[in-house]
Amino acid sequence: MKEVLLAFSLFLPLIAVGEIPLSERKSGYEFMSRETRAMQDDEVTGPAVLTLLDGEALWGKLGCQGCHKDAAVSMKGVAARYPAMVDGKLTTLEQQVRHKAPQLGYESRDLLALTAFVAKQSRGMPIEVEVSNRTRPSIDRGNEFFHRRQGQLNLACAQCHDANWGKKLAGTPVPQAHPTGYPLYRLEWQSVGSITRRFRNCLTGMRAELLPHGAPELVDLELYLMWRARGMKMEAPAVRP
Amino acid sequence: MARVVVNVPAEAKKGEVIEIRTLAGHPMETGFRRTQLGELVPRDIIRSLVCSYNGVEVFRAELHPAMAANPLLTFTTVATESGTLEFRWSGDNGFSVTEKASIKVV
Repeated sequence: MKEVLLAFSLFLPLIAVGEIPLSERKSGYEFMSRETRAMQDDEVTGPAVLTLLDGEALWGKLGCQGCHKDAAVSMKGVAARYPAMVDGKLTTLEQQVRHKAPQLGYESRDLLALTAFVAKQSRGMPIEVEVSNRTRPSIDRGNEFFHRRQGQLNLACAQCHDANWGKKLAGTPVPQAHPTGYPLYRLEWQSVGSITRRFRNCLTGMRAELLPHGAPELVDLELYLMWRARGMKMEAPAVRP
Repeated sequence: MARVVVNVPAEAKKGEVIEIRTLAGHPMETGFRRTQLGELVPRDIIRSLVCSYNGVEVFRAELHPAMAANPLLTFTTVATESGTLEFRWSGDNGFSVTEKASIKVV
């Protein structure tokens, strides 16, 4: 009985903790080691550079340039306001990037490269997603998903990323989960990956239902997290450990 | 798509030690991994990188299995004279890429 009470009291504070105050928000960058930060800051030989070069080539090859002209101008700030409503449907940056190139599959090298190239044009710009009557329900659903306990471990995203950020999990700091740098290069993956891949990583870790790429629940969650990170600066493509 | 990137300072003082960074896009398949059906994935790695400074070899590296994908190699040399640095990567399956960078020594 004593153990049960102890376990209960350990978990109680987790449930009570609310959102992170705006002034205390930190990008994942600030939790990284000096060496990993240097990798992200290296604009010439950083690990995401090859992907960006591929993306730039695809921008011309797939004909994006025909309509959108210079990406540095037309794509500036675009990534900072996605997921956004497109033709009445909440759409992620990846989904929008492949609107004229559906042959690019989710998580394929080419789609990630092109998305990273588009996202890079928003570097340093503040995140600002649409908050209106048409996006409110999605933000609320994402919020609910973030705070809902799920999976065999019965964990909610918020238990780590709102209540226990900055502490260690298996030797690595738990970040606040602000999607400032996606698609990003993860050292663990040895490649660039999307935010959905990251979500699916967490879902696997929680032993929860593994939602497919493009699942509406994950799009809502992405929008909620972007709203939660409002005003923070874009750093795509970032590097994370 | 074979992509390589090199970073050489555009200008250096004579006798200065300069840092050169090179990045090559390559899967560096070790040759030890198997597919889910048990077949061995054939080895596909970069075998060597050679850097020549105005035709004189200043750096050579031999690469082996179990090195990370997209190997980043950083080395130093002494800036002796203005000219061209030539980098040549070669490897399995006829992989061969050459890249040049110029440097001005003052």
